[in-house]
Amino acid sequence: MNDVGWIDSVLRAARPQAVGALLRYFRSLDQAEESFQEACMRALKTWPVNGPPRDPVAWLVLVGRNVGLDELRRGRNSGPLPADHEISDLEDAELDIVERLDNSHYRDDVLRLLFICCHPDLTAVQQIALALRVVSGLSVKEIARAFLVGESAMEQRITRAKSRVAQAEVAFAAPDAVERAARLGAVAAMIYLLFNEGYSASGGDVHVRVPLCDEAIRLSRLLLTLFPGEPEIMGLTALLLLQHARTAARLDADGVIVLLEDQDRSLWNRDMIAEGYALIEKALRHRRPGPYQLQAAIAGVHAHAAKAANTDWAEIDQLYATLETLQPSPVVTLNRAVAVSKVRGAEAALAMIEPLAQPLAGYFHFFGLKGGLLMQLGRTDAARVAFDQAIALARTPAEAAHIRLHLDRLIRESQPA
Amino acid sequence: MLYAFLCCHNEAVVNSWSKAEDDAVLAKRAVVTDKLAAKGKLGPAVRLMPTTAATTVRMGREPVVLDGPFAETKEALLGFYLIDCDSLEEAIDLAKDIGREEKVVFEIRPVRLYLPEGKAS
Repeated sequence: MNDVGWIDSVLRAARPQAVGALLRYFRSLDQAEESFQEACMRALKTWPVNGPPRDPVAWLVLVGRNVGLDELRRGRNSGPLPADHEISDLEDAELDIVERLDNSHYRDDVLRLLFICCHPDLTAVQQIALALRVVSGLSVKEIARAFLVGESAMEQRITRAKSRVAQAEVAFAAPDAVERAARLGAVAAMIYLLFNEGYSASGGDVHVRVPLCDEAIRLSRLLLTLFPGEPEIMGLTALLLLQHARTAARLDADGVIVLLEDQDRSLWNRDMIAEGYALIEKALRHRRPGPYQLQAAIAGVHAHAAKAANTDWAEIDQLYATLETLQPSPVVTLNRAVAVSKVRGAEAALAMIEPLAQPLAGYFHFFGLKGGLLMQLGRTDAARVAFDQAIALARTPAEAAHIRLHLDRLIRESQPA
Repeated sequence: MLYAFLCCHNEAVVNSWSKAEDDAVLAKRAVVTDKLAAKGKLGPAVRLMPTTAATTVRMGREPVVLDGPFAETKEALLGFYLIDCDSLEEAIDLAKDIGREEKVVFEIRPVRLYLPEGKAS
């Protein structure tokens, strides 16, 4: 890698910590971003000459602070001079930075930066886009491409999200344990959303959307570096790795989704699976199960089966049962029903999803599974009705195409041989 | 003499490489290490999982088990090579060659005891 390429990757890696620290200092997202940008410009000028600093994050924070302070001073030139103590704290800044060489001192800064992107007034897409822009430092153009929208539309969304966030009350004092846990939960959910945004891609979109998954994994690992003893963050990272490991096998040559049971498992990424296992094992030691750990464990059971027929469905059923008590939701029960159908048969699974008809009345997968179970039981007409409902609710052509395959089979089988 | 080449690198930077960038670094290194392997001079080569996968056991009156790496350093130990070198000079030259165009740090440490089969001879 040449100098500029190398410096770019250092700046990218340093961004969350540096912008987070500058945000705490200036208490303005715009100011933090601008001064970080200016510090990066200076890095590009001086690092190739003087060599890289030993601690790039500390260097960027210090330079960013100085630049920002200079600007504040200049901005006040027309008015009376500020008091000395307001501007001459650079020595303190350096002392502070020496103390903060330890990563753990950045953790609340990075967490705060991620957390303000999770403002409840923002839509999921806005939250993700804001995090990609502010925390990851992706350009608006890159984000727009990943979301398959025009650049100006994305620019508007991000600007609106930023001004919403700017009005919000953000606590700058170090959070207490309860507040920290709440922030961590919100940020983990946002990272999972970001991952799913990339993971739900199909067809021609895949190429442009995989970077969203990569970025989610990078942020999740960053979070785990800052909170190394949090089992749920281990679980989240493991979950993302185990799901992302299947990427190469998820689509066929035509870009159509290949179901888990039909995937060519030799295409799964063994490195990611091994890392996922290692993290699940670490998390288990804490004996504090949570939804991400359980979902990671379920993904781990799938990853463990060399072929679909070897899947330990009884184990998956158990894990979903625990997930149901921890985080009850109709979708979790629906997923459990798939495992139940393998362990105890279609009849038992059908009985299990019966009560879900109301809450999942608009859910494609409910009717897909119901149709599949009815088909297994030979109740062809009822199966066809369920499949028709599924097609009506399909969000993508790939989903509809998949159900049509079932319907075609039903029609074929109902014809006299 | 057998030397350990400990590869230390800014982990956040390595984690932010795209797959293409990562592959390019490995391919570039393989040009050098494949030649060593052909001469039978390359011992095991190891790439470690990210430090987030690490667990640290600190022995004391009560052993303490901690999540994460032993030391939180700017440059984390990400892997190592064992290479049979004729001299320290050769080892230093090899480190320069393997790390060419990278910002990696190599700590070269002569190996005192090497038990490939796990038991003392």
